[in-house]
Amino acid sequence: MSETATSPTPVSKKKIRVVVAKPGLDGHDRGAKIIARALRDAGMEVIYTGLHQTPEQIVETALQEDADAIGLSILSGAHMTLVPKIIELLNEQDAGDILVTVGGTIPADDIPPLKELGVAEVFTPGAPTNAIVDFINGAVEV
Amino acid sequence: MNRPVQTEKPAAPSTEPERSSTGELLTTISGEPVKPLYKQEDANVDYDRDLGDPGQYPYTRGVYETMHRGRMFTMRQFAGFGTAEETNERFRYLLDHGQTGLSTAYDMPSLMGHDSDDPLSLGEVGREGVAIDTLDDMTTLFQGIPLDKVSTSMTINAPAAIMLAFYVAAAERQNIPPSQLAGTFQTDILKEYIAQKEWCFPIDHAMRLVTDLIEYCTREMPKMHPVSISGYHIREAGSTAQQELAFTLADGFAYVKAGIERGLDVDDFAPRLSFFFNAQIEFFEEIAKYRAARRIWARELRETYGAKNPKSMLMRFHTQTAGVSLTAQQPEVNHIRTAIEALAGVLGGTQSLHTNSYDEALALPTEDAVRIALRTQQVIAHETGVTRTADPLGGSYYVETLTNEMEAAAYDYFRRIDELGGIVESIKRGFPQREIADAAFRYQREVDAGERIVVGVNKYELEDEEQMEILRIAPELERKQIGRVQAVKATRSVPEVEASLKSLREAAATDQNLLYPILDCARVMASEGEIVHALQDVFGTYREVPVF
Repeated sequence: MSETATSPTPVSKKKIRVVVAKPGLDGHDRGAKIIARALRDAGMEVIYTGLHQTPEQIVETALQEDADAIGLSILSGAHMTLVPKIIELLNEQDAGDILVTVGGTIPADDIPPLKELGVAEVFTPGAPTNAIVDFINGAVEV
Repeated sequence: MNRPVQTEKPAAPSTEPERSSTGELLTTISGEPVKPLYKQEDANVDYDRDLGDPGQYPYTRGVYETMHRGRMFTMRQFAGFGTAEETNERFRYLLDHGQTGLSTAYDMPSLMGHDSDDPLSLGEVGREGVAIDTLDDMTTLFQGIPLDKVSTSMTINAPAAIMLAFYVAAAERQNIPPSQLAGTFQTDILKEYIAQKEWCFPIDHAMRLVTDLIEYCTREMPKMHPVSISGYHIREAGSTAQQELAFTLADGFAYVKAGIERGLDVDDFAPRLSFFFNAQIEFFEEIAKYRAARRIWARELRETYGAKNPKSMLMRFHTQTAGVSLTAQQPEVNHIRTAIEALAGVLGGTQSLHTNSYDEALALPTEDAVRIALRTQQVIAHETGVTRTADPLGGSYYVETLTNEMEAAAYDYFRRIDELGGIVESIKRGFPQREIADAAFRYQREVDAGERIVVGVNKYELEDEEQMEILRIAPELERKQIGRVQAVKATRSVPEVEASLKSLREAAATDQNLLYPILDCARVMASEGEIVHALQDVFGTYREVPVF
């Protein structure tokens, strides 16, 4: 692929492993694919789940892949149902240390309750990809 | 394919596109180079062969002689949320405010063939459209709206045959026969696998259902448009204008071929195939796209698919302004984007138009926002004067050159698709999906690098933006809808439902037209999910190999 927007992770560090996931029924995968590619270009190991994933499938993928972070992309308005369920399942599996970010059409009023649940950051339309890369690089300890 | 004589493959864009002194790209948003000036020698057109008067083959200048002067575009705002009751109210509101056609947005579970009480639907019921589970919901959706007096557009694809059956059965309850029903079912399953990604069945079985629906409408519903071949979603997924044009037309040819292979006469169904395109912000490129689309469709229908009736060659299309061009930042600016995009659609000769509301980067639109969006169309129609004459940009050196280039780019894709064994095979191999993902990524990189200015996003930002009011879909609506479908399931005749689903499974294993058995299921209140599951028992399901 093309050049990267941010410097790759220094070689001395282990590569960050990110699961990019599309929970729910919406098929809008443009953003998820762009982010997946941008994270990969920035030197991360990216696992893209594909579409229409249940919370259970996403958590299972994250555990199997030993993910450091999960990037959830939701444009269906179902984030207040799906995100709490995913966080709850992660906690049940003692995987609450996996960084969770959310991207998509998330109204401003919903961001504080999502963060209260444990979402590390919410990226809304217009967020540049390098801001997302930088955030994950800064927030994941590997 | 009948490659036209006048088109040559445009020069491959140089690796280093031209930039302005401030670093902005001077290519179109599709990445195509633009010259500082276009002259007569650039616009290589033979008037009779390449343009023709409006209403004359090859219809480049429009499908009707007098275009909007004689027949104003239909103002058709897409609407749907909550249960059938809420959407019925919104429909009546729009009709009261001068809208001239209806357009139904379904929620995600309905698009995917899940009932509202399916665990997979949790949190999504009635959120992005209306939840329709049974004939009972369809009946409520059109309560008080005489179905023989309105034309209705249904944005439904994988389960289109089921929703058509619900609609026909709802009309029966108003004592209206199928032959009196006018409107459009989207039914374009190929673009689902390419871009919108709402599917129920493997692709070959899905194509059989599309063909069943085309055949049923050809026999029973002469006023119904069975397929709206859609580039809109392809473009929203990040394609270029050229890809939107090429993949949409390739999908259209696939449906024509399927109808002919079914034994239908092309002139018996092609006149009721219609199209649906995006109107992006790159003004002239969009207008060229519509003009090229008409020319290619007319030529291919006549030369390749043997159409004799001119109506088979006419590409009539609906346009929607680009949802992806709307910004969450300074959303009022979206009014301007939408107005410019809508103008491109009108100047490009659209038959109907949906203008997005300015708040749609964040949520479904409020009633006020929808009204202003509709007013935008009314200003274009009645105040600007652009509708008085047909194809006002015809003969512009730039627009004619762009139209030729657009056509050449489409034929270049047709060749690549043919080499892969046709569009269905190309989709199975992920070809259009990858082309679109590449284009989307390139564009995002250009915006991130500031080489493309998006006002309010990467330039002219405001520090503290006020939050605006958005439409909230009450969570109670999901519970209300679950209650509705469960009440229907509790009061219908279970043996009748089971018998109808059994007949459907048996029919699915043969090659008989499935619309008739699906209609039998609809009449006894089988739900959408039950009908989909019965078909999946025979057809199986679909899972995409994710590529990024």
